[in-house]
Amino acid sequence: MIRFILSKLLYLIPTFLGITIIAFSFVRILPGDPVLLMAGERGVTPERHAELSAQLGYDQPIVMQYFEFLGRLLQGDMGNSLVTKKPVLEEFLTLFPATVELGLCAILIATVIGVTVGVLAAIRRGSWFDQISMTLALVGFSMPIFWWGLLLIIFFSGILGWTPVSGRISLLYYFPDATGFMLIDSLLSGQKGAFTSALSHLILPSLVLATIPLAVIARQTRSAMLEVMGEDYVRTARAKGMPQYRVIGIHALRNAMVPVVTTIGLQIGVLMAGAILTETIFSWPGIGKWMIDSISRRDYPVVQSGLLLIAALVMIVNLLVDLTYGLINPRIRVK
Amino acid sequence: MSDTSNLAAPVKLSDAAIRRRMLAEFWFYFSQNRGAVIGLAVFICLVLTAVFAAALAPHDPTTQYREALLVPPVWAEGGSTQFLLGSDAVGRDMLSRLIFGAQYSLFIGIVVVSIALFGGVIIGLLAGFFGGWIDSVIMRMMDVILAFPSLLLALVLVAVLGPGLTNAMIAIAIVYQPHFARLTRAAVMSEMKREYVSAARVAGAGNLRLMFKTILPNCLGPLIVQATLSFSSAVLDSAALGFLGMGAQPPSPEWGTMLAEAREFILRAWWVVTFPGLAILISVLAINLMGDGLRDALDPKLKRS
Amino acid sequence: MKHLLLCASALALTATMSEAKTFVYCSEASPEGFDPAPFTAGGTFDASAHPIYNRLTEFKKGTTEVEPGLAESWDVSEDGTEYTFHLREGVKWHSNETFTPTRDFNADDVIFSYERQGAADHPWHQYIAGVTYEYYTSMAMPELIKSIEKIDDYTVKFTLNQPEAPFLANIAMPFASIVSKEYADTLDAAGTKEDLNNLPIGTGPFKFVAYQKDAVVRYTKNADYWGEGAIIDDLVFAITPDAAVRLQKLKAGECHLMPYPAPADIETIKADPNLKLDEQAGLNVGYLAYNTTVAPFDNARVRKALNMAINKDAIVDAVFQGAAAPAKNPIPPTMWSYNDAIEDDPYDPEASKKMLEEEGVTDLSMKIWAMPVQRPYMPNARRSAELMQEDLSKVGVTVEIVSYEWGEYLQKSMEAGRDGAVMLGWTGDNGDPDNFLSVLLSCDSAGEGGANRAFWCNEEFSKLLKDAKITADPAERTALYEQAQVIFKDQAPWFTIAHSTQYVPMSTKVSGFKMSPLGDFTFETVDLAE
Repeated sequence: MIRFILSKLLYLIPTFLGITIIAFSFVRILPGDPVLLMAGERGVTPERHAELSAQLGYDQPIVMQYFEFLGRLLQGDMGNSLVTKKPVLEEFLTLFPATVELGLCAILIATVIGVTVGVLAAIRRGSWFDQISMTLALVGFSMPIFWWGLLLIIFFSGILGWTPVSGRISLLYYFPDATGFMLIDSLLSGQKGAFTSALSHLILPSLVLATIPLAVIARQTRSAMLEVMGEDYVRTARAKGMPQYRVIGIHALRNAMVPVVTTIGLQIGVLMAGAILTETIFSWPGIGKWMIDSISRRDYPVVQSGLLLIAALVMIVNLLVDLTYGLINPRIRVK
Repeated sequence: MSDTSNLAAPVKLSDAAIRRRMLAEFWFYFSQNRGAVIGLAVFICLVLTAVFAAALAPHDPTTQYREALLVPPVWAEGGSTQFLLGSDAVGRDMLSRLIFGAQYSLFIGIVVVSIALFGGVIIGLLAGFFGGWIDSVIMRMMDVILAFPSLLLALVLVAVLGPGLTNAMIAIAIVYQPHFARLTRAAVMSEMKREYVSAARVAGAGNLRLMFKTILPNCLGPLIVQATLSFSSAVLDSAALGFLGMGAQPPSPEWGTMLAEAREFILRAWWVVTFPGLAILISVLAINLMGDGLRDALDPKLKRS
Repeated sequence: MKHLLLCASALALTATMSEAKTFVYCSEASPEGFDPAPFTAGGTFDASAHPIYNRLTEFKKGTTEVEPGLAESWDVSEDGTEYTFHLREGVKWHSNETFTPTRDFNADDVIFSYERQGAADHPWHQYIAGVTYEYYTSMAMPELIKSIEKIDDYTVKFTLNQPEAPFLANIAMPFASIVSKEYADTLDAAGTKEDLNNLPIGTGPFKFVAYQKDAVVRYTKNADYWGEGAIIDDLVFAITPDAAVRLQKLKAGECHLMPYPAPADIETIKADPNLKLDEQAGLNVGYLAYNTTVAPFDNARVRKALNMAINKDAIVDAVFQGAAAPAKNPIPPTMWSYNDAIEDDPYDPEASKKMLEEEGVTDLSMKIWAMPVQRPYMPNARRSAELMQEDLSKVGVTVEIVSYEWGEYLQKSMEAGRDGAVMLGWTGDNGDPDNFLSVLLSCDSAGEGGANRAFWCNEEFSKLLKDAKITADPAERTALYEQAQVIFKDQAPWFTIAHSTQYVPMSTKVSGFKMSPLGDFTFETVDLAE
């Protein structure tokens, strides 16, 4: 098992180097000059422009800049944001919990509802429940979530007034960050109503973010279940007179979960892409919105390191999925 | 259980007859899926709309009727029959813009899938066929691309290339192509072990011939399914880019861009927000329904007994 | 008895509720930081310079007039190059967990605040790596200020290289906020210099409490404020970049006041009984600058003819949704010296066509540049360009609309020999006409590094501006600027588009908010009804 993990890790090194090259080169060839953007309509004299570029280190040859970038990266230094002048890593870490909270909540919704619906649909294959839920799943899978988010805001916040429009918690509550996770912090703060408020802020964005993964998981669960239920051992168990719920609970579900776990793991990339849109729509202070803002502000160091950190994250999660998969399914390990 | 022979088995039928039989079989499975047929119908409507947009649209999509800003749809209070689905902030007819928008979406889908398919297949063929270090290098590169969330990578790519429809399409195609490369490579590797490949090799077929004439046709099934999936994702992602201001630029009636422009009217004019999104949803849904049907019909593993 | 207790507790409850008044402002953008000097965004100043800090001079609330701030009074020498400021005594610095001031504000703080920006070798010049002082530089302070001397603890003398009429307005700008030298020394000793930017200490009406990145900034009332203190107890900035979402929050009562509503929502806001709307002409101008060095646009009559072909009112309606005043002068009507006697070129396609023919201009095709971004003076450049395109086609001029990425746009539009007319605009910094006219239209700024995108160099016009700059008497200056506007209109280097109106929607509970012509949002005068 350890050899398996090590070989997987070793595999990641060239990929990671590739990621640094992409993150670096893309961002360095972005058109648009941060110095000019800082000056705005006012304009900047050529001397001042050269001075500022030199200060930012953009006057060196690009290859030099890359190695400098890599060197500092190895020391854990990802540079400072051009806008806020703060270390990028620090900014990432302050915003990251918000995205994780949103993502975890979304994946939780998607998994619980998705697996339940998928299993039920498989059991009652061909029933109206199966048909309706699978149609809805396909609709969810086809949903432009940026539009879906807007519709939900119009309806639940605008017309019904049930949910708050944006943000993470009502501003009436103030307590210092303990964990960065608003749900936990609000509980720790002991302030009455804080938790409910945090929860009500989380609901719409996580629903929007959960839409596509939910659809994918429901469909995947259903087809995995159907496949497993057609296998001999399940038929045998049934034939032996084992109650339906035990057949499904013990044999079918457990085996069907193998591909489903993989599917859930693979949703992390989908979630990150979704987070960009969801956070933009709901003004959620997470890394998705941070990236979008930084791209439009040409905040090179942020875009660079943000790309890197997100890609590394996706890689790590994929590795974990691989490992879990190896645990559940020992046949993979041998390969 | 299907009993159709695959191409590898020696057959006595003529090529044309095989093809006809395969098509018939394909249609049989496809038409069994009611959703797929509905999807196909909607998709055909969409294609027709796009092709005959100029004839169908009651107005020019960019003409501004300055006396008719933000007119509601015909059934709503204050609506007018001149603008069936209402007008937008500069008095352009929503319906006409939506109709012309179909052109963009189909065009984007076709271009993105063609580029991604073409690039991915070639890369995958090379990797799978030659193996060794070529394979390693190519697949690591694909891993790198896949490590980024697709929309984020496309966003940065568009920022690099400059916002606009062409660049958005290129960016999305680049992001999608590893999927095709992986699929092709996997298919090629499994096909390479089959007897018919060895047979062809023994018979003296060259590398190119082996790759394109012998192996590729046998990997088409999963590629077609992936292409359909990518088609719908391309429509979604390009709309998302448009929504974020990085895709097609105004005044082109691309649906995502229309949504982005409409966002400021979210409270005042629901129709400018609702219809473009609905159009995206319906087209993507139709293509996905078709994709499901295609998969059922093409992928023998999932053929229901 | 029980009854009484209930009453008492109810009373106590209302008392505590009215005791802590929390005012929530749905701000548009995250502050870049809390030290006003290195940053340039208006949203940053609203969160830093205005609540937390003071300056030597201040803009009188709701005007562009200069009034005493941390300087109680000042003397100006005969030749206008020496300013002696008499500082206010007994001004207390804020305190926080790590810092408790031992002394009041004094001359050392003033000198520190200016020198750290101006002197490249000052130990605080680069207290954060990569920090620059763009406003200080672009307001030409390094060239202007010769020396700053401390006469005594409460007297500071500024010596200038030349007389500069707008100087007192310049130092009322956010970048000139006074920071505490004692605090800086404490941070230096603790090795946490960057906290000058993260945990600000000022003399302003509000004390900084906390900032949650991209989400919330919190302040509390400064009870020891030297001036008329704030009325509300707590001030909260809820950062909400999207205009539609901001309005939703305002309607839901999640915040009390918001900036920059979408023009499309103005009607909805007016119709809402729980909301009210303050409006004021913004201190800005949107324009289309011809390249006056290239034929046929070097001909003033051609420029005038083109101006007459464009329907300005249609742009105001369709692009600004009516939230703007059509512009005839390069400076906005709220600015002193605005020449209202000037008549705008009429919208007259027939006359325009004739004029173009007279000048021998036929089959003209030109480019119009539309910015890719939304700006305060122009909500949608692309849409405006489309309208112009259609109007100009009616007089036989073919227009191609071009656009570039924003940074590139700014750069390329200033390249000599540029092809086409550029749409752009300006928002005033200090309410002085010089800040518009010299920056945008003088000969000096027509070259590289300037902002005169018409490349228009009119000797007579520039001479008037130069004279006005060294004249101290406001009446004389007004006359000079009025004359300059006459030349501008006659020569038509721009098609002046509009001065966008600034709207501030707020809850009807809010009272005492004063709109600033400079577009600042300040809350010390604001009260909240229960």
